[in-house]
Amino acid sequence: MSQTDIEIVVDDPTAPEDDSPSVVSSGTVEIVICLLLLALAATLGYDNWRTGASWDATGPEPGYFPFYLSIILGCGSLYGLIATLVSHRATRETFVARAQAGRVMAVFVPTLLFCLVTQFLGLYVASFLLIAGFMRLVGKITLWKSLLTALVFTAIMFVTFDIAFDVIMPKGPLEAALGR
Amino acid sequence: MEAFGLLLHGFAVLLTWKTLVLMMVGLVLGIFVGVLPGLGGPNGVAILLPLTFTMDPTSAIVMLSCIYWGALFGGAITSILFNIPGEAWSVATTFDGYPMAQQGRAAEALTAAFTSSFIGSLVAVLLITFLAPMISSFALKFGPPEFFAVYLLTFCSFVGLGREAKHKTVISMSLGLLLAGIGMDTVSGNLRMTFGSPELLRGVNFLVAVIGLFGISEILLTMEERLALRGHAAGISLRVVLGVWRDLPKYWVTLLRSSFIGCWLGITPGGAIAASFMGYNLAKRFAKEPESFGKGRIEGVFAPETAAHASGTSALLPMLALGIPGSGTAAILLGGLMVWGLNPGPLLFVEHKDFVWGLIASMYLGNVVGLVLVLTTVPIFASILRVPFAAVAPMIVVSCAIGAYAIQNAIFDIWLMLGFGVVGYVFKKIGIPLAPFTLALVLGNRAEDAFRLSMIGSGGTLKVFWSNGLVGSITTLAILLLFWPVIDSLLARVGLTHGTRATSR
Repeated sequence: MSQTDIEIVVDDPTAPEDDSPSVVSSGTVEIVICLLLLALAATLGYDNWRTGASWDATGPEPGYFPFYLSIILGCGSLYGLIATLVSHRATRETFVARAQAGRVMAVFVPTLLFCLVTQFLGLYVASFLLIAGFMRLVGKITLWKSLLTALVFTAIMFVTFDIAFDVIMPKGPLEAALGR
Repeated sequence: MEAFGLLLHGFAVLLTWKTLVLMMVGLVLGIFVGVLPGLGGPNGVAILLPLTFTMDPTSAIVMLSCIYWGALFGGAITSILFNIPGEAWSVATTFDGYPMAQQGRAAEALTAAFTSSFIGSLVAVLLITFLAPMISSFALKFGPPEFFAVYLLTFCSFVGLGREAKHKTVISMSLGLLLAGIGMDTVSGNLRMTFGSPELLRGVNFLVAVIGLFGISEILLTMEERLALRGHAAGISLRVVLGVWRDLPKYWVTLLRSSFIGCWLGITPGGAIAASFMGYNLAKRFAKEPESFGKGRIEGVFAPETAAHASGTSALLPMLALGIPGSGTAAILLGGLMVWGLNPGPLLFVEHKDFVWGLIASMYLGNVVGLVLVLTTVPIFASILRVPFAAVAPMIVVSCAIGAYAIQNAIFDIWLMLGFGVVGYVFKKIGIPLAPFTLALVLGNRAEDAFRLSMIGSGGTLKVFWSNGLVGSITTLAILLLFWPVIDSLLARVGLTHGTRATSR
């Protein structure tokens, strides 16, 4: 047998306790999703009906397929809506607990900010800020490690995409000041 | 033996320093992607696709397919050492793989997993080598009606044979088909569902959707489930490898059975997940002492891994021969073909011989090199998991954004990716399957074009889908599969009443 067996243990320092209260039940989410899909189906269906959804001499008009697909989507979501309302068991299951929702938000909000910053400052600056900020604030990793990791990763990405493979990313004022 | 000559030609295309280096890079990236939690086969390939945009198609597909092989190999590492399946199809590998690691036999389990992956893929590649050219030359006679019938068959089999609630599969598929229709209509040139927005003119790009649905949503899910890994690290010595290989012939029935199941389920859109479970269960059922499974039996690693890889590889057969992907990753490779300006389908074998045979040859070579690579570098890759997730998560987000942006150079696509990430997260949690959505999004336009071209050809009558034996039987089969659950229950009821009558008499 191999002599190099060692145990690797990785624990998440931010992990909170289990048995946290439910924020919203699966049933509620399913109902909301079905209603949203119904609204989407109605909007798309109307738009396609306006484009022309009938069957002329050469076959279907451009809106024909999407129009009937909207109807199928509508029927599917309506069925889902009724099925969820009728069954009581499924509706009470937890969709997400409070602690879980907190963790999901801890990654979703930074991602949202990252997209916003990319729009104005360019992808590389946003990427540096996201990695450094996330490691420091969410992961509670020491500042110098966070900054160094962010810098190295962003630099590798820049060299790989913008220089080696010629895939140009969105740039901001910083890159303009550096003449790229 | 025409295929053999063409295959040799494929190897000749492949054997340049540049392609070999790309192959190694692809494999390393792939194993990396497979080992990291929150990334896997389909999204790994989708995120790295932009790297290949400026390459010629042959180098690009070689690198991408090697990423795929690497990811397949990588999934086994985490399931055995940490009891965390990197991919859904590695779940069955944890049943016996993790107990083996606990007993200090991690090296043996890993060798078994890698070797059986290799065997499974090899069988599937052999199948592709000899069957794909035959199917594609047969499919060359296909016109639009035949193609539409095949697309219909693919869609219907998802609805009829899928294990999820039917209405959820229908929702997922119709949503995918609708989103595929956004933008310019290719037949008439009209604009559809753009609502006057210039951003929507381009349509919803399939790869952007995949990166969001699988990449971003996976990060959200991984965070939610709270990552705590506990496992074993292992180095593999040559002695262990040779020991496992010496015992291989004893398990030839298991290996062969799993390869067969995998190939079958890979070609039909059943997928690697079903294949790995079926391989495991059958091995258990036919074993002399089934109760020893789940406690660290080497056959319990051989069976699911062989089946999963045979299936993952043979999913490329319908993609190459017909232009219909058999799995999520195959769908992304198909998306790649379109980006590189190739038209997937049977004509590929005629018009782009270098490309097709280069790809097939790379499957052989990639698997051999991959096997050697994983056997020698397991400790390095296993230690990746020591990197805190707080560092890995933002890096994956950045990679996803780069991938999404590079496809069409549009910032709007980064937002779209984020939106799909949320959709993917919610859909996964309420049990709406994502595979039919992906398939519908990539095939939607092609299916609609095929339908409308057949309509133009036939003067607008649906009878064209029953105009000859071939197209008629495919269409009928599709409709049968769509209503399969109903037919199945009817048959069962008839069978039951017959049965009760027989006993009452």
